[in-house]
Amino acid sequence: MKVGLFIPCYIDQFYPQVGIATLSLLEKLGCDVVYPQGQTCCGQPMANSGFEHLTHGCNELFVDHFADLDYIVGPSGSCVLHIKDHLHVDGKEQAATHIRQHIYELAEFLTDVLKVDNLKARFPHKVGIHQSCHGQRGLGLAQMSELVAAPFSKPQQLLQMVEGLELVELKRTDECCGFGGTFCVFEEAVSVKMGKDRIADHVNNGAEYITGNDVSCLMHLEGILRRQKSNVKVLHIAEILNSI
Amino acid sequence: MEHQHKEHSVLAEEFNADEARVNWHDETLWWVRQKRDKMAWSIPEWEDLREAASRIKHNVLGNLHDYLLEFERNAQANGAVVHWAADAAEHNKIVLQLLQEQGVKRMVKSKSMLTEECHLNPYLAEHGIEVIDTDLGERIVQLAKEPPSHIVLPCIHKKKEEIGDLFHEHLGTPAGNADPKFLTAAARQHLRAEFIQSRVAITGVNFAVAETGEMVVCTNEGNADMGAHLADVHIACMGIEKIIPQRKHLGVFLRLLARSATGQPITTYSSHFRAPKKGQQLHIVLVDNGRSRQLGREDFRNSLKCIRCGACMNTCPVYRRSGGHSYHNAIAGPIGAILAPNLDMKEYADLPFASTLCGSCSNVCPVKIDIHQQLYKWRQVITQEGYTKKTKAAGMHAMNIVLSKPGLYKTAGGVGRWVMRTFPAVVNNGLNPWFKQREMPEAPKASFADWYKKNRKQ
Repeated sequence: MKVGLFIPCYIDQFYPQVGIATLSLLEKLGCDVVYPQGQTCCGQPMANSGFEHLTHGCNELFVDHFADLDYIVGPSGSCVLHIKDHLHVDGKEQAATHIRQHIYELAEFLTDVLKVDNLKARFPHKVGIHQSCHGQRGLGLAQMSELVAAPFSKPQQLLQMVEGLELVELKRTDECCGFGGTFCVFEEAVSVKMGKDRIADHVNNGAEYITGNDVSCLMHLEGILRRQKSNVKVLHIAEILNSI
Repeated sequence: MEHQHKEHSVLAEEFNADEARVNWHDETLWWVRQKRDKMAWSIPEWEDLREAASRIKHNVLGNLHDYLLEFERNAQANGAVVHWAADAAEHNKIVLQLLQEQGVKRMVKSKSMLTEECHLNPYLAEHGIEVIDTDLGERIVQLAKEPPSHIVLPCIHKKKEEIGDLFHEHLGTPAGNADPKFLTAAARQHLRAEFIQSRVAITGVNFAVAETGEMVVCTNEGNADMGAHLADVHIACMGIEKIIPQRKHLGVFLRLLARSATGQPITTYSSHFRAPKKGQQLHIVLVDNGRSRQLGREDFRNSLKCIRCGACMNTCPVYRRSGGHSYHNAIAGPIGAILAPNLDMKEYADLPFASTLCGSCSNVCPVKIDIHQQLYKWRQVITQEGYTKKTKAAGMHAMNIVLSKPGLYKTAGGVGRWVMRTFPAVVNNGLNPWFKQREMPEAPKASFADWYKKNRKQ
């Protein structure tokens, strides 16, 4: 099984440690992982801003880099969802379809494909899960509070395998953090207020760390936490699942 | 571009100047969302009910022409007079003419978002007719000379103390009295005087049944009934999408509406208006005002399924923290943001961007409108039609050039991170909206790609 590692642009540039943790975790679990060099971005920043018509360059690059792999795995629910929903390339539609059908966010790849039921990881801290919307409502990583339906959570399922880790309960289990792509700058006031409110929920319930499946949300929350000079830190779920 | 209003982001920032008030607004609406959750969970078949409602509306939208004619025929047979209005101007003209025929200068109106959409009140005021809104929340915002900020809870942005002050000024209640029970009693007295002397009453319509030609109006205060029963002339104004095929379908919609809206099992009054009583006139005004156009836009057609419950507003994390007025439209929130661009794409070009696309709205919606997906699609349409700011478009083109060329992306990333490490003031300044209330991420020396090249296979 050949797994292509998809490291979204802002993780590549600003959070290389998340890419390293993802790679290391997948290798530990026995995957044959390749990182196609030259990959850039899924195109979501343009598309969500109303410029989907500009994304053919990104789409073409994505198909060229990931066409020949059994699975494509990335540590970002939002970027993975974008590919799943919007990747199309004229003349390479078969390859694009293969990618759309075989791309996974890291946690769902672990629970659904690798069917991981134990992990050798230790993280003796109180942790709050930030359910990123695109992963949760878009990819179905966890049940959403809006529906009258049985609860489940793939990230929680994995974190419960980590020794010493204590999950904190939140008042609002799946409210958006306000990152929202370019929303975070074009609607700065509401974006920051949403982030502050999410943080307060975690802090009030004793979290030492906020984790999640999307670095974009965590980057936004981290920016606010650091401005507040808070001791609370953010970590991507891969970093916790990979910790010893 | 010249706009009549400030943009959502500007109005939202103004709303956020008072953080304690934002917290209060957010908590109040979140409480309504929680009441809705509790009610939804009390019905095991809730999700099936949503699906059924969505499909009934799908059928309605696919056969609207026939259902409308069926409704008209049956309403006429019941003794009602049916009027057709192509747009807001025609609607207003029809209502004015009916009022002028009666020679009234003052009349009562129960809640109707359609008449808000058509700006009926100011139009009638220009022609010397005063409208008294009889829904308590609407009366409050009317006294404050403000538009409603929410379709179900029009004065949700007002605190009870502010309402006490308004009543003191306009209704003569004692200064400083903000007891909700007392203020409600005062409003009741005041409105009762209006009901008794009003010869014409306007109501909205929640559901119009094609099979019977009857209309159902849902209120908690009974104000639609008070108005319509006491007046000589009842004018019911409705958008053409309010049709449902048969009476039995009310069993689906009435169960969903109040539970989704306020977390009540049903509205206090679900009143059926079928035929005028002896000596009374019943007029029904069927209004298009862009609905046919929206019906023709396949990507946005489903927005016409809306039953105006407001659940998408209560759940929207952006609405709760920006307030209804920041949407500068009769219908605020996520549903307003997908309806408004159809009315005026230039004026409301900002609204589909006032969202993080979190998707909560689509999943509370009792008729399963794919609201967040329509927001995404409106963004594409608005950009293609040229209603995006030039600076934003230039930024997107530049970003696209960098992200489409791996070599350029690598170089730009490296240079960018070096600049951030060496001259942080280049990004850490007042011109960067990110930096205003957030620190920038730290810029590492090596990207993941650099690390991989060094540490793994070549």
